[in-house]
Amino acid sequence: MQKTVSLTVNGKSVSATVEGRTLLVQLLRETLGLTGTHVGCDTSQCGACVVHVDGEAVKSCTLLAVQAEGRTVKTIEDVADGDTLHPMQEAFRDNHALQCGFCTPGMIMSALDLVKNNPDPTDREIREYLEGNFCRCTGYHNIVLAIKAGAAAMRGAKQAAE
Amino acid sequence: MTEIGTPVRRREDYRFLTGQGTYTDDINRPRQVYAYILRSPHASARIIGIDASAAAKASGVVAVYTGKDIEADGIGGLPCGWQIHSKDGSPMHEPPHPVLASGHVRHVGDPVAVVIADSLAQARDAAELVKVDYAVEPAVSDVGEALKSGAPLVHAEVPGNVCYDWHLGEPAAIDAALKGAARVIKLDLTNNRLVPNAMEPRAAIGDFDRATGEHTLYTTSQNPHVIRLLMGAFVLHIPEAKLRVVAPDVGGGFGSKIYHYAEEAIVTWVAGKLKRPVKWTAERVESFMSDAHGRDHVTHVELGLDQDNKFVALKVSTLANMGAYLSTFATCIPTYLYATLLAGTYTTPVIYAEVKAVFTHTVPVDAYRGAGRPEATFLLERIVDLAADELGVDPAELRRKNFIPTDAFPYQTPVALQYDSGDYFSTLDLATKAADYAGFESRRAEAARRGTLRGIGIATYIEACGIAPSAVVGSLGARAGLFEAATVRVHPTGSVTILTGSHSHGQGHETTFAQLVADGLGIPIESVEIVHGDSAKIPYGMGTYGSRSLAVGGTAIIKAMDKIIAKGKKIAAHLLEAAEADIEFKDGQFSVAGTDRSKSIGEIALTAYVPHNFPHEELEPGLDETAFYDPKNFTFPSGAYVAEVEIDPDTGRIEIVNFNASDDFGRIVNPMIVAGQVHGGLAQGIGQALLEGCVYDRATGQLLTASYNDYAMPRADDLPAFALSTHATYCTHNPLGVKGCGEAGAIGAPAAISNAIVDALKPMGVRHVEMPATPEKIWRAIHQHRVAAE
Amino acid sequence: MYEFDYSKPANLADAAKALGDADAKLVAGGMTLIPTLKQRLAKPSSLIDLATIPGLKGITEESGGLRIGAMTRHVEVQRSDVVKRVIPALSNLAGLIGDPAVRNRGTIGGSISNNDPAADYPSAVVGLGAAVVTTKREIAGDDFFTGMFETALGQDEIVTAIKFPKPQAAAYQKFKNPASRYAIVGVFVARTGSGVRVAVTGAGPCVFRVPEMEAALAKSFSADAIKDIAIPDDGLNSDIHASAEYRAHLVNVMARRAVAACA
Repeated sequence: MQKTVSLTVNGKSVSATVEGRTLLVQLLRETLGLTGTHVGCDTSQCGACVVHVDGEAVKSCTLLAVQAEGRTVKTIEDVADGDTLHPMQEAFRDNHALQCGFCTPGMIMSALDLVKNNPDPTDREIREYLEGNFCRCTGYHNIVLAIKAGAAAMRGAKQAAE
Repeated sequence: MTEIGTPVRRREDYRFLTGQGTYTDDINRPRQVYAYILRSPHASARIIGIDASAAAKASGVVAVYTGKDIEADGIGGLPCGWQIHSKDGSPMHEPPHPVLASGHVRHVGDPVAVVIADSLAQARDAAELVKVDYAVEPAVSDVGEALKSGAPLVHAEVPGNVCYDWHLGEPAAIDAALKGAARVIKLDLTNNRLVPNAMEPRAAIGDFDRATGEHTLYTTSQNPHVIRLLMGAFVLHIPEAKLRVVAPDVGGGFGSKIYHYAEEAIVTWVAGKLKRPVKWTAERVESFMSDAHGRDHVTHVELGLDQDNKFVALKVSTLANMGAYLSTFATCIPTYLYATLLAGTYTTPVIYAEVKAVFTHTVPVDAYRGAGRPEATFLLERIVDLAADELGVDPAELRRKNFIPTDAFPYQTPVALQYDSGDYFSTLDLATKAADYAGFESRRAEAARRGTLRGIGIATYIEACGIAPSAVVGSLGARAGLFEAATVRVHPTGSVTILTGSHSHGQGHETTFAQLVADGLGIPIESVEIVHGDSAKIPYGMGTYGSRSLAVGGTAIIKAMDKIIAKGKKIAAHLLEAAEADIEFKDGQFSVAGTDRSKSIGEIALTAYVPHNFPHEELEPGLDETAFYDPKNFTFPSGAYVAEVEIDPDTGRIEIVNFNASDDFGRIVNPMIVAGQVHGGLAQGIGQALLEGCVYDRATGQLLTASYNDYAMPRADDLPAFALSTHATYCTHNPLGVKGCGEAGAIGAPAAISNAIVDALKPMGVRHVEMPATPEKIWRAIHQHRVAAE
Repeated sequence: MYEFDYSKPANLADAAKALGDADAKLVAGGMTLIPTLKQRLAKPSSLIDLATIPGLKGITEESGGLRIGAMTRHVEVQRSDVVKRVIPALSNLAGLIGDPAVRNRGTIGGSISNNDPAADYPSAVVGLGAAVVTTKREIAGDDFFTGMFETALGQDEIVTAIKFPKPQAAAYQKFKNPASRYAIVGVFVARTGSGVRVAVTGAGPCVFRVPEMEAALAKSFSADAIKDIAIPDDGLNSDIHASAEYRAHLVNVMARRAVAACA
């Protein structure tokens, strides 16, 4: 059954014809060519596919494209400000929080969701929050450092703006 | 600051941080069709017939192929790259490994048919219409069971399921040495089967150019040239000049992406048949049932000690599970990458190992991070700890007493290897001091007051990296050379492209190699580009595994740079009208010794490509040099890890409260990247010790851990923060003095954790806990003790 | 996934009507359903999405307890100040479900209607003596969960809200499966005006109460009071992660910890 779905992706209105069974991640990767969002498992655990839907972290492999009708989706491609990395991206680079890079987009989208709700997370809170994001390369040590540093940078930027 | 030894931020990160990486599944080709592989649901069955007629007619389906089509087209089986000979001199059994099952299926996940359709969903829909008539046969998944008489045979032509029965050392000598020992400590242990689980599932795209007849394979590989050689020469019979293999950004490998897999051959073959690009991407469940697994040993070990607690003999008998077929390097892992490491960091004079490699109805087993060395280290460090416990001596002291003295290098072990350098005392001192090993008993007592059981565990390790001297491995049965190649291409305006045969799938070569070149040629790191992963661009290279990239691939770059500098000196001598012997090269400048006359490397490059004033009678134009480097020896990273755990006695749940790692990697080019490699290795080693274990149903051979619902991957909250330190003794036989750091964590961590667990449970009389040490196993150990005490 | 029709009815009556097709399925957050569909373990003819039906979301304080709309997401229960004040154990439980991205989508109504044997919410519904409000009636929590993945819901009956009475004290203790992070054993203990309730999830095919523990705790509400009450392992779940014997043991441990956490 073909359906037309209309939504906002990275600030642009898009509309596409999909099957009922088409997943949001398939719409993003295959129809819209936004291949920064990855698929690492079939059971909604690894978190490589995390995007923001209406400002909240969601596993795009576990949401039908039709369920995203009318919603606002943000992917890793829209996190940097032009060529300037977001402070969280910068913190990941500074702390060597990525190796192969496959889990990284999901990690960053989750990290931003965490910091939105908890601007100054402890190490423990970061580790617990990452329950749904697997990384096989880093042992998470540097990811924890990066999220802490990214959160601090975001607090700093917010204070500077106020 | 970009020179060697500084933590330069990674140059590859920008694209990964912004979603601009290009992994295989991100690539799409015009007119592309999709492959879905129908896999065996049975561990062992005869295929009576396959009816694909309904599938072929289904919506969007382009073609369906089975093993019969593979045979009709003369497609070869997947080759094994290392031949092992048994004790009696006979070569190993090497049964065929068809690309699509031919007559029999031998493990759950064995490919049976491929459906090609316009969309993946259509291919998968149609695959359900392929009717395969199976006669299910008894299966065996456990090595012990497979060796019993009357066990189901995985291959009719392999008696007793034994691939080879190999040994290293002298049986008579070990028996005598053990007989003469004052004390013999014995232990049975298993090294649990693991699934590598790189986060990027494998994928492959076959493409075919009708105009040129060239095949292109995009694949998730650690070594594109190895795939080109194996697939071109042995499977599809495509001349290498007509076959291009591209391994773009690859999302982790850990060994599992070394091997040539059936799906690579299938998409390349089908693309040639259909003259259309064919894409296949593994679902995670397919990764579990088709990526080569790791470890899976069952071992009996005996350690003999003299009156003075010196190790006098080590005897090891191992059953190694090969799975249903021989994966590319499966056979060398439990032999030459395992038994040769059994000296560890110790002076044990007599060592004997015998290894039976056994076929079972399971996914093939091959190298996974560490590959043989974790298995050797685990048994050695467990038996040493057990010896310390039984002798009532401190495990750190027992190790020190038996360490190879720091002044004894080069040190010839009784198991073939010659260690070039090392200092095991210093890393053990660093790790034990950082861990406050001396103050542990007060922490144990404090934990006891809180009702938890605290334990501390030490493991030291040695590994053989920088794989490998070709002549040595060739004499041991390798069917490949293990050199590495690099081209240094200095462009006319002074920027430099490095073409390397090493492959980065997370290791950060684009940064580390660029540091080498910026340092070596005295140019800004921004002027250096690293190219890897495309057989059409790079020289013939062997790829990345066995912690070899810097030690072997980096050395090839150094050797090629040496040639550039040598040629540059000749050009500079000509331009500066000086003797070549008087030209010095430093910081990017060729200068006449003792003068201020110099030419920059940029000027030299321009001269080389615009050779108006050039020594044509002596030199060719251009500044582009290639070097192939074949290492003289392995490198021998080593280290000491100290783990501290607390156990909740009511649930058996283990928490790692401290982890201190001290490593000797020789010279370190980028300490930030090295630390990252250690962290990742530790996580996988801790995963093996506490969480991960691939489980087959013993009766049916069904894979019970086929998703993340059942295979426990280490998550952030399972792991501690790691405390790292390093102590360097330089490798003596490569110009950088580097040893390799990629596998250390996975090698040393399992024993450190296990020793800590056993230490915590010592009051319960526990001698050993099998990995993964799940809460239930721990609870049972405690519970049985309590029951017995009552 | 097999292909299916998809509809987003505007109200409950239309949704119930669509359920007249026996092969139709409701989707709330989809956190269990979509993975199931992806594995081709279910083949619904159509999915009926409850997302836009009004009145199914939200948390209100009602007769001293809580009324939580069926489409209220786990994250909302976890973070709700009202829940934290009235039944903090419920907020704590919601924060232990799945992972943050799952909690951002998964709903309480979806969780209890699915009745996964290892889900967390059933233990709270039974443990607190909640009532499940449906399009047709109100079902006592004790009667709602009837078996593995089975509930008292009729074919065209839809959960609209859950009513939780406020306990005097309550706590949830979960022992997670190291792989899936579902409950190997989860125990919800509540001390209420009408007695103590102990509800166990993860251990058996369906959430169950432990009357011996409830009786002992009614006499003396302390961890010690139940330390010798062994749960028979007969009929408990047994898999590669935990044997029935171990689960039975964990029920006792988690129950004691929950009682202690009530203090």
